Amino acid sequence: MTHLLILIYRNLFRHKLRTFLTILAVAVAILSFGILRTVIDVWYLGVEVASANRLVTRNAISLIFSLPVSYREKIMSVDGVKSVSYGNWFGGIYIDEKNFFPNFAIEPKGYLGLYPELVLNEKEKIDFFKDRKSAIVGEKLAKRFGWKIGDTVTLKGTIFQGNWDFTIRGIYKGRDKNTDETIFFFHWDYLNEMVKKTMPTYADQTGFFVIGIKDASRAGEISQNIDSIFKNSLAETITETEKAFNMGFVAMTEAIVVVIELVSYIVIFIIMAVSANTMAMTVRERSNEYAVFKTLGFRTIHLLGLIFGESFLITMSGCLLGIALSFPIADLFSASLSEFFPVFNISMQTILFDVVGGCLIALTAAVFPSIKAINTDIANGLRKLI
Amino acid sequence: MKEPVVSIKNICKAYQKGSETIPVIHDITFDIIDGDFLSLMGPSGSGKTTLLNLIAGIDKPDCGEIIVSGINITRLSESELSRWRAINVGFIFQFYNLIPVLTAFENVELPLLLSPLSKSQRREHVISALRVVDLLDRIDHKPKELSGGQQQRVAIARAIVTDPAIIVADEPTGDLDRKSATDVLNLMTRLNDEFGKTIIMVTHDMRAAKRAKTIKYLDKGYLNDSPANTDL
Repeated sequence: MTHLLILIYRNLFRHKLRTFLTILAVAVAILSFGILRTVIDVWYLGVEVASANRLVTRNAISLIFSLPVSYREKIMSVDGVKSVSYGNWFGGIYIDEKNFFPNFAIEPKGYLGLYPELVLNEKEKIDFFKDRKSAIVGEKLAKRFGWKIGDTVTLKGTIFQGNWDFTIRGIYKGRDKNTDETIFFFHWDYLNEMVKKTMPTYADQTGFFVIGIKDASRAGEISQNIDSIFKNSLAETITETEKAFNMGFVAMTEAIVVVIELVSYIVIFIIMAVSANTMAMTVRERSNEYAVFKTLGFRTIHLLGLIFGESFLITMSGCLLGIALSFPIADLFSASLSEFFPVFNISMQTILFDVVGGCLIALTAAVFPSIKAINTDIANGLRKLI
Repeated sequence: MKEPVVSIKNICKAYQKGSETIPVIHDITFDIIDGDFLSLMGPSGSGKTTLLNLIAGIDKPDCGEIIVSGINITRLSESELSRWRAINVGFIFQFYNLIPVLTAFENVELPLLLSPLSKSQRREHVISALRVVDLLDRIDHKPKELSGGQQQRVAIARAIVTDPAIIVADEPTGDLDRKSATDVLNLMTRLNDEFGKTIIMVTHDMRAAKRAKTIKYLDKGYLNDSPANTDL
């Protein structure tokens, strides 16, 4: 066994350039595969991080239609509901459209109670609650624009016209590494106050309710009970789990995800062909050596060990290099595209996919050359040299 | 009278080339006695290497039997034949066929890796074999660091390291200069004389063939005790 490993190792260096280029090609492929898989993960991140104990209620016609804020009390009365908060997509722009980040008007106390993953120190929390014109922002967003506590930030309204000034009173951190730290939150009361003056018909309306429930297993029943309250009203509701609500957004862009997924598999397929070609060349060049091994009494299992061993060593070296590179590349990706990908972390599952992909490449690359090496009889193998 | 170590009975062999069947060996029967040094001669395409491959168990005849040390090798399966070769046959090729990434020591050790010997026992055998071929000072050299003659001596050490019943050599001096060829032939003669090894050698070279105790001639797949007229 040791001798087989030594032989495999030394064989790697017989064509240094070829081995190096193959390892590099596998590394680039695994890196691309890992990054594409992470893009898909990020796409589904909202679904993944959604809590099973949170429901979202919105207008049954469409999310762009609002609901009366007075629904809160009725929802609160439904059995199994622990707390209710609400919010509005604001859609404000900071200086220029290219500076996109999500911004919401929320009912602060209830909302932060429902989202314990947004971590804010007590002083900042109290300051935010006290000041109706204040806002809290995620750490990544604050870093992106160099905002500090006490800074005044002006957002240009798109849905709600005008320039809106906010004082930053807190910078929240994510409790988990997948928590989005690029969101801007401010008081729904402040928005409502201004809407009352400029667009009174839209006053006292909210875009969605977030509902905390005591028992996640009763989510379906509670959702039905909430919706039944508002049946036949002017604004009927649809209540679903936060996961389903977020999935609705992902579904709108599913075609893109499918394309990315397809490309990630094509990358693996191409590198399979490249590696198989390398192994085929290797086996062809050594056909007389394999014949010598057979002549000396080495059996099929030994030849398979040599060929698959070399294929695995080359491919897994490339795979490990690709995985190692994917972390700094993901950081670069995250830094330069934070407005599109607020969280861009390589997950354990992606690394597992990379390793499985690497094994698959190694196996496939070695299969056909192995079959050829095994099926070439000794006399023919030796004749290639003699 | 010595017992035959190899008994060949009515063997024949043909190769398929497309739809055409090309007969290579025709109904050959002969014995090789233990301790013999047999030289097989004949023109190119006469079937010398094919006959050698059949005796060494790396090819199978289409008909007939080959019995080596009491074992009918034509009835062995591929894996049985592999095991049998590892123990009973030593191979010497024209182009040495050493593994280029292994040292002289490791190349000679290769056949022993399939044996149950311990590492120290293997080392002892390899050193002995390399001593016989007088290459102990080249133990850590890789093939490309050795001359053709030295490489062939390493190949001979590899052939004898398992102490096989027979040694087969296919044109062992075909790629060597005159001096190296003489050294190799001296070594083979010594293996036969001093160690009693049975050697079957295929060669074109009459000078090499004359070192053998027995010379047989192949012509168009037929075995003769004297050369065909065309070879005279």
